[in-house]
Amino acid sequence: MNAQVKDRMATAGFYLGSGLVVLLLFSLLGYIILHGYKAIDFAFLFGEPEALRAGGGIGPNIFNSFYLLFLSMALTAPLGILGGIYLVEYARQNFFTNLIRLSIETLTSLPSIVVGLFGLLIFVTIFGFGYSLIAGALALTVINLPLMVRVTEENLRTVPRELREASLSLGATRWHTVCRVVLPCALPGLVTGVIITAGRVFGEAAALLFTAGMTTPHLNFGQLDLLHPTSPWNPFRPGETLAVHIWKINSEALIPDIRRVADGSAAVLVLVVLAFNLLARWMARRLSRRLAGR
Amino acid sequence: MQWLNRNLRRELKGYALTFTCALVAIALTASIIFFLGWKGLSVFSHDISLTNLLSAEWWPDRPKEFGGPQVGILTFVCGSVLTSVLAALVSTPFGITVAVFMSEISPKLGQRVLQPVIELLAGIPSVVYGYIGLSVLVPFIRENMGGTGFSLLAGVLVLSIMILPTIASVSTDALRALPGSLKEAAFALGATRWQAVRMVLLPTARAGILMGIVLGLARAFGEALAVQMVIGNKREIPHSILDPLITLTSGITMDMGNTVQGSLWNDTLWFMALILLVISFLFILLIRMFGRKGIVR
Repeated sequence: MNAQVKDRMATAGFYLGSGLVVLLLFSLLGYIILHGYKAIDFAFLFGEPEALRAGGGIGPNIFNSFYLLFLSMALTAPLGILGGIYLVEYARQNFFTNLIRLSIETLTSLPSIVVGLFGLLIFVTIFGFGYSLIAGALALTVINLPLMVRVTEENLRTVPRELREASLSLGATRWHTVCRVVLPCALPGLVTGVIITAGRVFGEAAALLFTAGMTTPHLNFGQLDLLHPTSPWNPFRPGETLAVHIWKINSEALIPDIRRVADGSAAVLVLVVLAFNLLARWMARRLSRRLAGR
Repeated sequence: MQWLNRNLRRELKGYALTFTCALVAIALTASIIFFLGWKGLSVFSHDISLTNLLSAEWWPDRPKEFGGPQVGILTFVCGSVLTSVLAALVSTPFGITVAVFMSEISPKLGQRVLQPVIELLAGIPSVVYGYIGLSVLVPFIRENMGGTGFSLLAGVLVLSIMILPTIASVSTDALRALPGSLKEAAFALGATRWQAVRMVLLPTARAGILMGIVLGLARAFGEALAVQMVIGNKREIPHSILDPLITLTSGITMDMGNTVQGSLWNDTLWFMALILLVISFLFILLIRMFGRKGIVR
């Protein structure tokens, strides 16, 4: 067999292998959405979960997921963006900076179950929050902080140096340059980064089992006292998210319609993650077009 | 502070603010190491011998008269190593195929089709992978290959899909970082594309590809719920790929909520968490090593 034939065969092999991966994704998505389509209706999306009977919904779980996402992003975004600014704009090449980078690298590669256990030890037990949304939000912050710092760093580095130099030469301080020149330039990338990070929060479960808990109290949306145990907005109540719900019903639920609830939940979860992805792309394109003045 | 002018004060405030946020990363890492280390080592306050802890016997609730309690974690460690190494072996050929396709065979199709496909595969939450494994893979194995379906095989397949995006995207970056002159030189010498890929590009990018594999391995090792849902969680070292088994992460997930704080059983689980932490440090060391060599050699 000569080299030309081998080359053709190899090319065919690469097409085949890559095609298989594409096929895999589409069959996964197709499976989830087809099965979910049969399970999802209005009562399912907004109803309360059942402990023993069939016909439960996932309303509170969806609410918990979004609220937890909001809580943890409210912590992650400022912390991560400011930390990234330090690394790009202020940090010198020294031991301390290396230590920061090493820490971020370490946090990135921690298994999420380990972060969950850390959350159980510190936020749930030592801080005394108990199984609560705030403990879950803090654990998620530990997971997402390194990603947010990295995204910020990457985006700030794409801002041309000439812009900073021009601003500094006009007499602006470094901080002023950051706020008025660098951040506005990097905004599209930062927004995309925040949305992508948020999408990851939505699917996370292992870190939440022992922090945000596996139960939700009966939520009363008429309750205006923020710290009341049945208030949906109370960050100190436990809250089972959608991702945790999928795991729990598959491993320990007593309801007869596990398949239906799991199919529907998985579809909702995947659709929301897809929506985050699309939103991030769309925002990035739109914002960069606006900044370019078109 | 009054004697400083307004701009300088703002500058200092900005510096202090960003510096504090960067400090948070160090503080978090340090406290994770400290608290998990402290809690993990508290297993030794229970008058347990090291041979007991490192054995394959697991009877944490058996009273002393019957030869207990036995808290050997070897079964769990074996399970974790087996699932993650096999998953990396299954996933690597596909990851490299995708990487070569995206960087050499058809960058245009790669950019338009494979890039989003890889990103979406990475975006699917791990519980969803676990659920699909549970509802498709497990029954399939049970009906066509025997056993209960909850098996090493199911765990390996689920994990290998989950780590494919990591291996593929890091390897793609490594291949794209190669200077174009390498390929041109190979073509000038009369090599076909396959020969250039096999004999020049892949060997040159091997540090970067290895880094991708190690990152995938680390992800597989730390994955908890997707694995826990499909491997059956039987506390035995498997003898065939159709046997159920247990891993460190799934062992922790199963029992952490049902054991009493401070008991030997519970402290052993924290010790397993410490081992997970230590192993993820080893992975970081390995990755740093490849990183220092540079993606291109």
